[in-house]
Amino acid sequence: MSLRRLAPPDVQPASFAFNAENAEWARATIAKYPPGRQASAVISLLWRGQEQEGWVSHPMVESIATMLSMPFIRVLEVATFYTMFNLHPVGTLIQVCTTTPCWLRGSDAVVAACKKHIHPHEKTLSDDGKFSWMEVECLGACVNAPMLQIGSDFYEDIDGPVTEQMIADLRAGKALKPGPQNSRKSSEPDGGATTLTDGALYDGSIIGKYKVAPLAPAEAPKPKPPGAAT
Amino acid sequence: MLADKDRIFTNLYGFQSPGLEAAKKRGQWDNTKAILELGPEGIVDIMKKSGLRGRGGAGFPTGLKWSFMPKEVKERPHYLVVNADESEPGTCKDRDILRHDPHTLIEGCLVASFAMRAHACYVYLRGEFIREREALQRAVDEAYAAKLIGKNNIHGWDFDLYVHHGAGAYICGEETALLESLEGKKGQPRLKPPFPANVGLYGCPTTVNNVESIAVAPTIIRRGADWFAGIGRPNNTGTKVFCISGHVNKPCNVEEEMGIPLRELIEKHCGGVRGGWDNLLAVIPGGASVPLLPKSICDDVLMDFDSLKAVQTGLGTAAVIVMDKSTDVIKAIQRLAYFYKHESCGQCTPCREGTGWMWRVMTRMVKGDARVSEIDLLQEVSKEIEGHTICALGDAAAWPIQGLIRHFRPEIEKRIAEFSKMAAE
Ligand SMILES: Cc1cc2nc3c(=O)[nH]c(=O)nc-3n(C[C@H](O)[C@H](O)[C@H](O)COP(=O)(O)O)c2cc1C
Ligand code: SF4
Ligand code: FES
Repeated sequence: MSLRRLAPPDVQPASFAFNAENAEWARATIAKYPPGRQASAVISLLWRGQEQEGWVSHPMVESIATMLSMPFIRVLEVATFYTMFNLHPVGTLIQVCTTTPCWLRGSDAVVAACKKHIHPHEKTLSDDGKFSWMEVECLGACVNAPMLQIGSDFYEDIDGPVTEQMIADLRAGKALKPGPQNSRKSSEPDGGATTLTDGALYDGSIIGKYKVAPLAPAEAPKPKPPGAAT
Repeated sequence: MLADKDRIFTNLYGFQSPGLEAAKKRGQWDNTKAILELGPEGIVDIMKKSGLRGRGGAGFPTGLKWSFMPKEVKERPHYLVVNADESEPGTCKDRDILRHDPHTLIEGCLVASFAMRAHACYVYLRGEFIREREALQRAVDEAYAAKLIGKNNIHGWDFDLYVHHGAGAYICGEETALLESLEGKKGQPRLKPPFPANVGLYGCPTTVNNVESIAVAPTIIRRGADWFAGIGRPNNTGTKVFCISGHVNKPCNVEEEMGIPLRELIEKHCGGVRGGWDNLLAVIPGGASVPLLPKSICDDVLMDFDSLKAVQTGLGTAAVIVMDKSTDVIKAIQRLAYFYKHESCGQCTPCREGTGWMWRVMTRMVKGDARVSEIDLLQEVSKEIEGHTICALGDAAAWPIQGLIRHFRPEIEKRIAEFSKMAAE
């Protein structure tokens, strides 16, 4: 558990409102849940708000509470419990995974690159106010370790120098290539897959090959007489 | 080694398109109606006979779990909830299913929901899986457009599938915390009983299953329980996606036979341990929560539930974390202790306080700044946490440390001796 609070009043904006597109999206999202269960949309809405503004502010929490007919405190609890919600401005946030599988493969060097080129301390804006970095727990891409996340994308199979280059490219406004930064496509062994090479898996010859076996007579559901209780 | 024709996730690496047309060519959605014609009992029966055990970590038999749902729908609707929270360190298999083979999961959701008389299913993805969420949503939209799911679909069972997500909390992988989170609350586990099959999502009968457990179901039913049960060993049947990370030459995900020897798994698919098998120090065989194994046991252990249980660890999520001899094994486990401290939801005292305490002691142990007697104290405290909490996160925090003490106690003692010697000088 970590202690998380909203940013102090002097940092807070005066108001929050979803833009038209996001407001429409929010309506559709709330409709995914049964009537009266609109609170289920709270994480999604906070997330969309964060995507719009960069972080979760006090007016945003208030506004979403109103939209979902939830008490302010319930939305605040959610915003502070879930660590993906940034409660302060963060700039472009570089999230470096340092959990054991990433650490084993050199996440220390990735952290060092961030310290050198962004700020010596995590969760602190760089001098130009544009970047920050933080250590995060396992992001679920451990066979492509070490890795980091920026925005919606994972950058995998990295090391210290690759991270330094990525930060330099970001500063220069260049687009980064998501995914593995080596020759891999995804999670296959580097240099080529050891499995899934049989062409017959992909030519459509499998369609209709496996037929569901009918139930043995004793197991078959008995047709119900009309009017029988279900 | 498993033959390609017996693999279920034939697009694990995304070499082919994840789209509907390509998925159909790979055999998904192949006469799904015939599966539903078996009826709920028929499906549950095949799942039971296949021997499939849940792929989310605990290994509970899937067919049996499905059979716990009420046989009749009364005033409360039934729900299937798919656990795609995938946050156990070392584990990254569901990610590949979500982004590369999503139609295996969607078809599985229809089949499983039908078997449990549910007309709606929520898939809960961890918040960080944004691209995976987009990929799954694309596939869901395709399935709706083709009338494979939705109201009045071609399978004759009205069925809605919704993609939902969290926002960075490992604990939301615990099934009742996941339900709380899905209801729009903090992800804090519920006391059981009542179990979700009686009182789950919105107070309705609910079953929570892992992505892989659900995604394998259609293939099992199509190819028959005997096919699946014939792979692996009794009580440990079928295929399994393994995630091998850490000090191997080529870390990867791979679908293999249950019960494959650990050494074979690493040497066939991962190019071996860095520096050769003899350079192996230890392996965590089933994700961060299970105790590690020293090389001597790794030499011939089999990768399945019962074999790993017999050596006091577990298959967990089949996330194999490999450490070679260059590893500071105390630091490796200390980092996991930090993880559990960070992820404790805070509602039970033994877990909230205990995970922090264990992490602080482990941090001193890394330096050797401790007394030898504290090793026993650490062991004792870990035993006080284990089994005394609302959810299994407490156990998960205790086990890695217990494993370290069991197998690497001399290493800890040596570190302490070196530190005191230096301090004395
Ligand atoms: C702390 C904790 C985290 C968990 N995380 C996950 C997870 O990320 N994914 C998952 O499928 N199961 C996870 N589980 C297990 C679930 O509680 C549940 O047993 C599982 O989803 C059931 O699915 P299965 O029967 O198909 O294995 C976790 C359990 C605990 C105690
Ligand atoms: S064991 Fe830990 S994570 Fe689980 S309910 Fe208790 S405090 Fe929360
Ligand atoms: S440990 Fe870094 S992605 Fe899992």
